[in-house]
Amino acid sequence: MKKTYKLSEVDCAVCADKIERAVRKVDGVTAASVQFVTQKLTLEADDAAFDEVLAKVRTAVSKAERGCEVI
Amino acid sequence: MTNRQKKNLLRIGLSAALFITGLLLPAGPLKIAALMITYLLVGWDVLREAAENIWHGEIFDENFLMSVATIGAIAIGEYPEAALVMLLYQIGEFFQAYALGKSRQSIAALMDIRPDTANVERDGAVLTVSPEEVAPGETLVVKPGERVPLDGVVIEGVSALNTSALTGESLPRDVTPGDEVISGCVNQSGLLRVRATKPYGESTVAKILDLVENASAKKARTESFITRFARVYTPAVCALALLLFALPPLLTGGGWRMWGERALSFLVVSCPCALGISVPLTFFGGIGGASRKGILVKGGTDLEQLANAEIVVFDKTGTLTEGSFKVTVIHPEKVTEQELLRLAATVETFSDHPISRSIRAQYHLPVDASGLSDVREIAGQGVSATLDGHTVYAGNLALMDTIGVTVPTCPHAGTVVHVAQNGEYLGHIVISDEMKPGSREAIAALRREGIRKTVMLTGDSQAVADDVAGKLGIDEVHAHLLPAGKVEQVEALLLQTTGKGKLVFVGDGVNDAPVLTRADIGVAMGALGSDAAVEAADVVLMDDDPRKLALAVRAARHTRRIATENILFALGVKLLALALVAIGLANMWIAVLADVGVSFLAILNATRALRIR
Repeated sequence: MKKTYKLSEVDCAVCADKIERAVRKVDGVTAASVQFVTQKLTLEADDAAFDEVLAKVRTAVSKAERGCEVI
Repeated sequence: MTNRQKKNLLRIGLSAALFITGLLLPAGPLKIAALMITYLLVGWDVLREAAENIWHGEIFDENFLMSVATIGAIAIGEYPEAALVMLLYQIGEFFQAYALGKSRQSIAALMDIRPDTANVERDGAVLTVSPEEVAPGETLVVKPGERVPLDGVVIEGVSALNTSALTGESLPRDVTPGDEVISGCVNQSGLLRVRATKPYGESTVAKILDLVENASAKKARTESFITRFARVYTPAVCALALLLFALPPLLTGGGWRMWGERALSFLVVSCPCALGISVPLTFFGGIGGASRKGILVKGGTDLEQLANAEIVVFDKTGTLTEGSFKVTVIHPEKVTEQELLRLAATVETFSDHPISRSIRAQYHLPVDASGLSDVREIAGQGVSATLDGHTVYAGNLALMDTIGVTVPTCPHAGTVVHVAQNGEYLGHIVISDEMKPGSREAIAALRREGIRKTVMLTGDSQAVADDVAGKLGIDEVHAHLLPAGKVEQVEALLLQTTGKGKLVFVGDGVNDAPVLTRADIGVAMGALGSDAAVEAADVVLMDDDPRKLALAVRAARHTRRIATENILFALGVKLLALALVAIGLANMWIAVLADVGVSFLAILNATRALRIR
């Protein structure tokens, strides 16, 4: 399943890259892409475990960049 | 300005005031206190983030650099420097966020084609609902000044539509009942009642918005390069800073403090932010600007590759030509044009052949079949009939041969219908696929942009192909091609690209999908093109105008040039700053200023990508 979320407070392209890499490392994520200009995170993960993966992604994102949240 | 930004501004203001106070105070504990408070006020979050990130394993980032540099400065007693550097850094960050916000806003404004409401007729009343709530088949009321909310067909009303937001066309498009209208256009003069044909999600405007918003998913090679570069750059400069700090004193036996200061300034200059922000912003601006002109580019890579376009391959039917068959030449021998047309149209009146339909369409008037009898269709050749007592034959050369009528040689590419009455040759009518009005200019424009070779591929006959190619000025033609043949040709042409040169394929039909994928850049005709082609393509021309291709290439080059400018500028200034710091001509806060200035200018430059002539 592929879903797009909005990220708050992504002001730096290097930070966007950091977030992207952190999300990719999360268990269960098959693909992830962060667009810095539109502040969007596109997440692709297994249908069944999607909610779980999303929760893990949220934590990973907050860790990677303080103040950044997945909406 | 967001709330967060406003709080930041307040903080910066307070800190600046406090800083100036600190500077003015005479040397002593009060001065130090004022400067340190300024430092903490303006830098506490930077310090905290640096600590947190180290904890998570991400050591080398700008927070770390700034923290180390300023703490180092404090360690050697340079309190004013530390405070000023942190203050300038935050000012820089503020301007960066502000400029970024403004750029995002202008891109969003450019894409403000989203209809907010739809007026739908239900049970005799007109309700205002959100466009997503309208079902296909329902009737919409679009008042002057409103945006058409869904794709549909006009059932009542006459008006002009402003399509510039979607196609870049400044001339309004007149519509009357029966015309198709696409969502996103602004209704200008008259009230229109439109029957929706697609739900909002499938309407043009939703698709365009979706395309542009997700456009940067395919990041340009330059963008990815910059992000990777940034990750290497920071640790590299830190290492250099360490060397700068340790090496000279060891070699010369002294001056630790001086070299220490310089090393700290080095750290400050090493932040790669300007590069990081401006490049993606530039590409996104380029995509946004192009979409305003009716050129939808699906990704940064596509824009980048388009800038390197070297060979452009066109499909013929539907791309360079209208794709509909029309009468193009009427060449009567003994009668008037109108008479020739009337004869042919009348005789062909019962035929459902596309050729017959084009002739009848050209004739325009209702056919008077009263004098018509004995109509016979001769397979593969034409028709014959008795009209007002005369024997009339209309068909191809083979038919004329059969009745023994000699046809004067008159070269015309296309399908020729000869007409003979009572054994006498009356003339011929040529039906061909009309060239799009802008096709010739399109090819010329591409050549002006420096495209090395233009090629046309078609399934049509060689004669027709050569004729069209000759009229348009195309370099190379391949005719009689089946879809597989087109792919083969493109693969052969791909081998002919030199260096970074890319191959562009422009098409519209379902059978063009494999070729669109195979080409470096696939361009599809958006309005009349098949959905499969639009899906497979990298660039979509919203109004099917081949002239837009040259514009697209120009836009791509313009964008790439701005990105390169930004990269060279940012790197150049940084390296200069590093050099100056190393030899002692610049101190820490000049370094920060350079960094801030560069970021700001790079962002401003990036917004230039939005404007495409």
